[in-house]
Formats: sequence, structure tokens, C-alpha cells
Amino acid sequence: MAKIFAVVIVLIAIASAIPIIMHTWPLPQDISVHGHLIDEQFTDTMAEAGISFLASQILLAFFIFKFSSPKPGDKIKSFPGGASGLVIAAFLLVGTECLALGVFGVKAWASVYLTPPAADAIPVQVQAGQFAFYFRYPGPDGKFGPIHPDQINEANANFFGIDTTHDQDAKDDIVTAEMAIPVNKEIHLLMHSKDVGHSFYVPELRVQQDFVPGLDVSIHFTATKVGKYEIVCTQLCGLGHYNMKAYLEVKSQDDYDAWIKQQAALQ
Amino acid sequence: MHDMSAHATQHGAPTSFIRKHVFSIDHKVIGKQYYALALVAAVVGMFLSWLMRIHLGWGNFAIPGLHLLSSTGAPGDVMTPEYYLQLMTMHGTIMVFFVLTTAPFAAFGNFFLPIQTGAEDMPFPHFNMMSFWVTFVAFLVMVAAFFVPDGPTLGGWTQYAPLSAVGAVGGPGQGLGVVLWAASIGIFCIGQLLGSLNFITTTLDMRCKGMSLMRLPLSAWGWFITSIMGLTAFAVLMPACILLILDHVAGTSFFVPSNLVINGQILPHSGGSTLLWQHLFWFFGHPEVYIAIVPGMGIVSHVLITNMRRPMLSHRVLIYSMGALAVLSYMVYGHHMFVSGMNPVSSIAFSFPTLVITIPSTIVVLIWLGSLYGSKLRINSASLFALGFISMFISGGVSGFFLAQPSLDIMIHATYFVVGHFHLVMGVAAMFGIFAGTYFWFPKMTGRMMNETLGKAHFILSFIGAYCIFMPFHYLGMAGNVRRYQAFTDDYLIPLIPVHKFITIAALFTGFVQLIFIYNLIYSRFKGPHAPNDNPWEGTSLEWSTATPPPHNNFGDKMPVVYHDPYQYSVEGASADYIMQTSPEKISSPDEEK
Repeated sequence: MAKIFAVVIVLIAIASAIPIIMHTWPLPQDISVHGHLIDEQFTDTMAEAGISFLASQILLAFFIFKFSSPKPGDKIKSFPGGASGLVIAAFLLVGTECLALGVFGVKAWASVYLTPPAADAIPVQVQAGQFAFYFRYPGPDGKFGPIHPDQINEANANFFGIDTTHDQDAKDDIVTAEMAIPVNKEIHLLMHSKDVGHSFYVPELRVQQDFVPGLDVSIHFTATKVGKYEIVCTQLCGLGHYNMKAYLEVKSQDDYDAWIKQQAALQ
Repeated sequence: MHDMSAHATQHGAPTSFIRKHVFSIDHKVIGKQYYALALVAAVVGMFLSWLMRIHLGWGNFAIPGLHLLSSTGAPGDVMTPEYYLQLMTMHGTIMVFFVLTTAPFAAFGNFFLPIQTGAEDMPFPHFNMMSFWVTFVAFLVMVAAFFVPDGPTLGGWTQYAPLSAVGAVGGPGQGLGVVLWAASIGIFCIGQLLGSLNFITTTLDMRCKGMSLMRLPLSAWGWFITSIMGLTAFAVLMPACILLILDHVAGTSFFVPSNLVINGQILPHSGGSTLLWQHLFWFFGHPEVYIAIVPGMGIVSHVLITNMRRPMLSHRVLIYSMGALAVLSYMVYGHHMFVSGMNPVSSIAFSFPTLVITIPSTIVVLIWLGSLYGSKLRINSASLFALGFISMFISGGVSGFFLAQPSLDIMIHATYFVVGHFHLVMGVAAMFGIFAGTYFWFPKMTGRMMNETLGKAHFILSFIGAYCIFMPFHYLGMAGNVRRYQAFTDDYLIPLIPVHKFITIAALFTGFVQLIFIYNLIYSRFKGPHAPNDNPWEGTSLEWSTATPPPHNNFGDKMPVVYHDPYQYSVEGASADYIMQTSPEKISSPDEEK
């Protein structure tokens, strides 16, 4: 039984590693400027975690295989170096690994969260509500009109509760159900929740950020590949959570300009 | 060390059925009651997971009879989206609280901590009785949610605000369902606080003559460290639950900010903080992971040592490592909140201790592996599950490297990667710890032996099955598969559905394998062969030096006196392969801890 078990451990360890090595289910393609930092960090972490995983599982299997059928008269042997050696090894190996991962990981994190958006970043506001995203562009004046929660009216398509009659800044605001952005231009995404917690996740963009009801947060990113991608909600928000999504279209500058003009005309 | 047992816990053996088996103050009966409760909860939790997995694999499949559970949640026996979330919430809650906390800590700890410390009982036996019955009531309140209009809450076991705090307007089960959930968990906390108080006092004040702290077995250390965590973690969760209930019934706004609009109406709340709930919840929630796993570490170490016929390479290092895990567990909770909207600088601050916590975890694993080296390993159901625990703990642990880093969390937060990680490291590993403890201590608890052939079959099939379920979760997560979805309609998720089908088949298979265990447990309880003697595994700690099953006051007329460290195996020059803690035989061991 022990020998079967040892072989099963090794087989499972190898079988677990194969899809990773073969990239059977790879990370989604990266379409962002900062994404390569995350992907490199992911690969480094996978290498370190993978080696730790395989080495310790195989060692476990080997010891079970070797020491489970002692002969009468066998004596207990001590691991070379004893506990102190193992403790030192853990501190040196894992400690160094932790420090390296932690320090290098900060770089990727900082590129998303600890740098301010560029001065010419295009502001886009996204509002999450059960169970849809809506997007708002500030129009030619570059300013968003204030949100009046009491004026939110989905029947009139006033999803944000903007007052175009009285608020000057709101008059040219453009509200859409899909998000379009120009390629290679930084976007400053201002995130507002209408009701409960939601999240903005575009795997290809290497962006995931929760909406915090009562607290507007923002992130910034630059998309590098033209295409259509899905925006999905990752924070449990109610019965329609699984179906809460929108599309992000990354367009060429010309296509984007035409699109925003067309959307402005529809308001 | 004080010998308080003589005056603190003396209570005569009960005579009536009610006082003996129902409202008992005997820690052993209470331990068995906790075990029975955990077993029922595990069956319920596993059944819920089957329903979820069938739905995830084949969404339109009509599960015969499901409408009997909820006519609105499963019209025509097909699960609605909201009912999926309700079952998911109950699965997570029942498993985390009523199985993973209850069985390894409260069940085995109650039965064996006083015996392993050499006490007659716990110092506050009535509190102990109360702790079980309060937990039982908590379970009834939790399950009652299935039978109220709208059913249980759908907000997930984490109950993030404001979805959990806005009331029925938030969705089915978000009114009364949440109140029942919060009430149940609040009551559960009281039970755990009472239990923790007893465990701590038993360990510190009730040890018998000669039992220094370092002479306590590792299982006792696991329970002791866990009880300290329990006392502090549940003390935070309980008030959080009270505040959540107040937001529902008293018009307060602890977790609801102003100007939220649901169904076209502005909610009558203002001034609350949604992140406050997350801070309070995870300040409990992360230590809870260790509350589930540290007792397992102790049990597995104890079982392995007996079956390796040698002590661990270092008794102290294992104890210090478990202690370090406990301390660090409070400093890392923010890694659940990297993308929550809290200050991104605090994410870095939470990231480092999260990475550092891998050091004591690695030390524990290396000590286990290093101790296996050169041992005389006995293979039986208990030792197999203990070894399986190590394998699962390694597999679940290495994925922690990813989740400790905020930059990677951007990709895998709220995906199946997280689900795979915590199921392996705190779910399956803790369950394997429970199984190891069950096969090992069953003779002492019941006086009968479990069937070893069935036990080994149960082990190897569970081991393979668990990996088939939870390893693919990681691949799904890397491909961006979001968790808590009842169906996968997004373009990029559709190609992943075959993986979900595979997982569902594996889950059903592994679930059925557990029936072997339940049969073995129940059959052996009544018809199993009698334990050949009081010490069938040739163990050294105090539970093996008393009768089987132990008498009402644990040790009969004569209280034990301890002469040795807990694990004197294969001592050179000794008269036998093992020397019990109560044996006055003189030995000269360089490892003897005073």
C-alpha cells in the first residue's frame, strides 16, 4: 500500500505540472502596457512554486517508499543536519524567495496603483449597478456633471442620475452601455457604484478592481491591441452576478474619434 | 503548572440518560457530540456541493426531487441562479464553521486535551456543555434559513457589505436570510469563546504532576494555540455580526453608506463603511484558516510520530512554528483585500507578512519530511491520512506564493485559483486531519477498531479524487474563470466548461467514496472488533495509559504522574520500543525537554 501510495503521489505531482508546462490553459493574452510586469512576476512565481511543489511531493513519496517497510533490528536514522539545518534552509531558501518575490512584485503593483495617471489620460467613468455597467465620457468640456442619485431613472436611460437641464458640466456628457477606448492612450477610469459591491475585471488588460459603494476609486491603464474584450464583474453582487458584463472595444484613434462623435449624437 | 483538578472539576458520574448523553458536562461526551454535529454538517455541506457541481457541469439538468427542497429555488427541479448562490453560501458557511472549526478543534480537542494534559475534566464543565449546545442551536438557526420565505442568504460565506446589509431589496434571502446567518454565526462565536476559554485554562492550569508545557503532545499544543486564536478571532466576528443585524433591524448604518440606489429607490442609510465589514470579517477570517488547520497539524504530527516510531526532529521547533503561524495570521488578513479599494500602500504592507508566513509553514513541512527520513513507518489508515495531509498542505500552500502578491492578485483574485487554493490547504487538508484523528483515536473513543481495509480504500480513492477536483481549479483560475458564477456565459469562459464537467464527475465520485467512511464509522461503532488492549498503536501519551474507553474521570482512582517527554520512541537502551509518559523507567535521552 505504501509503495502504491508513493507512486500515486509522484504521478499526481507530474500530472499536475503537465498542463502548466504545456500551457494548456494559458493566461489570457496581454493587451496592456503594464501587463508584462505581472506576467513576468507570474512566471517567476510559478517557477519557484513549481519547483517547491515537485521537490517536496517527490521527497515525500520517496521517504514513504523507502522507510515504510523497516526490517527487524533497523535503527532510527537522523536526517543529516537535523532540525537546525532544516530551519536554516527554510529561512535561507524560502526567506530569500519571499524577499525576492515581494520586492520585485512591488514594481508591477506600483505601475498600476502607485503612479498617478498621465496628465493627458482620457477620463472615463464607469458605474456598476445590479447587474450592468454603464460608461460616461465627459464630452468636449472635459468635465463630468455631478451625480444626483435621486434622478437615476433607468426608464429614461438616465443611468447616472445626471441633470442636463441645470448642470452645465453634464450637458455634453456621453453615456454608453459599452466601453470604447483608443489604442495606446492612457485611460483614467473613475469607478462609481450605484448600489452594492462590484468589480471591474478585464483579464486581457491585467486589471481587476472592486467598486466601493460610498467611495469612488480610480485606476489607469493603457491598452495596446485593437480588439473586443469582455468586462466581467468578479464581486458577488446578487442573483444576476454571473451575467453582469459589458464589452471593451479598443479602437484605432480614428475609429475611436468616429465612435465618440456618433455616441454624442445619440445622447 | 498547578494541580487544580482535584477541586476544580470533581463531579460525580451522571446517572440519568439525559445528564449522561444529552446535557452532559463530561468533556468526552461533549467531544463526541461535537463530532456527531460535524459529521451531520459535513454530510449536508457535501450534499450542497454535489448540487452545485451538477449545476455547474450541466446547468439545465433537472435534479430529481430538488423542488422538494425549494419550490421557488428549483422549479421543475432545475436550479435558479439565485438558488445556486444560496446553496453556495450555505455550503461555504456550514463547511468552514460547523465542520472545519468544529471537528478538529472542538471535537477531538474536547475529548483528548484534558486526557493528554492529565486532567479529570475541563475547569468549567458547565461552560463546556453550554459551548456545545450553543453551537448546536447555531446550526439549527443556520439550517432554518432553508425553510423561511426567500430562503437562505445568497451573499457568500464572506457576506460582503453592503449587499449583506441592505435588506430584502438586495435580492432573495438578503432580508431574513442574512439575519438568520448573522444570528447563527454570532451564536456560534459564543460557543467557540466558551470552548476556547476552557481549552486555555485546561492547558495552563490543569496539567497533572510532571506535565510541563513542553511535555504536552503536539496535538495538545495544536489545540492550545488554536484556542488562543479562537478567543481573539471570534471575539471580533461576534460584534461584527451584531452590527450587521442592527443594520437590518434597528435602522443603523454601520456598513451602508449614503446615496445607494436599488430598484430606483434611495436607501434610507447614511454614513456607513463597506470596507469596515471586510476589515472586521478578515481579521477573523484569516486566523480562521489557521483555526481550521493548526489542530490538524497537531493531530497529524501526533499520529505520524506514533507510526514513525520516533519523535519529530524537534518538538520545540514545531511548537514555535505553529505559534508563529498563529501570530502572523492576524498580520496578513489584508491580502484578502488587495483589490478591495483600500489604500494600495497597505497592500504592500500586508503582502510581506503574507510571504513571511510561508517560512514557518515550510519549517513545519521540512520537519515532517526530515522526521520521515530514517523512520520505521507503519502504514495504516491513520498514518496514510496524516501523510495525505502533508501532500495536500504542500499543494495548497505553494499557491499561497501567488496570492500573497498584490500584483498577481490582480489576475487571480476572485477566480477559481483562490477556490482551489483554500480548498486544498484548509478544506481537504483539514478533512484529512479529521480522518487521521478518527482512524487513530476511534479505539480509544469507542473501545472498538475500525476496518483497516475499508480505511485504506477510503484513503487512496479520496486522495486521488480530491486532487482531480481541486488541482484543475487552479488552471481555471489562471485562465480567468471567475468564481461564484452559476453559469459560464462569457465568451472566454465557454471553452472551460468541459473542465467543469470533469470536476463535477470527480466531485460526485469523491463524495460517494465518503460513504465508505460513514459505513465504516457506524458499523465499527456497533459491530467492530473490540480494541485488543488500551494501547493498540503502542503510543506513549496519556490517552493510551488509561482504560478504553476512559472512565468518567479519565484515569480512575489514580491520577497520572508524568516522567517523560511525550514521544519516547526507539530510545536506545530502553526496555521496549516505546516508553509511556507515565512509565517511571529511567532513561538517558539527550532530547529530554525539562
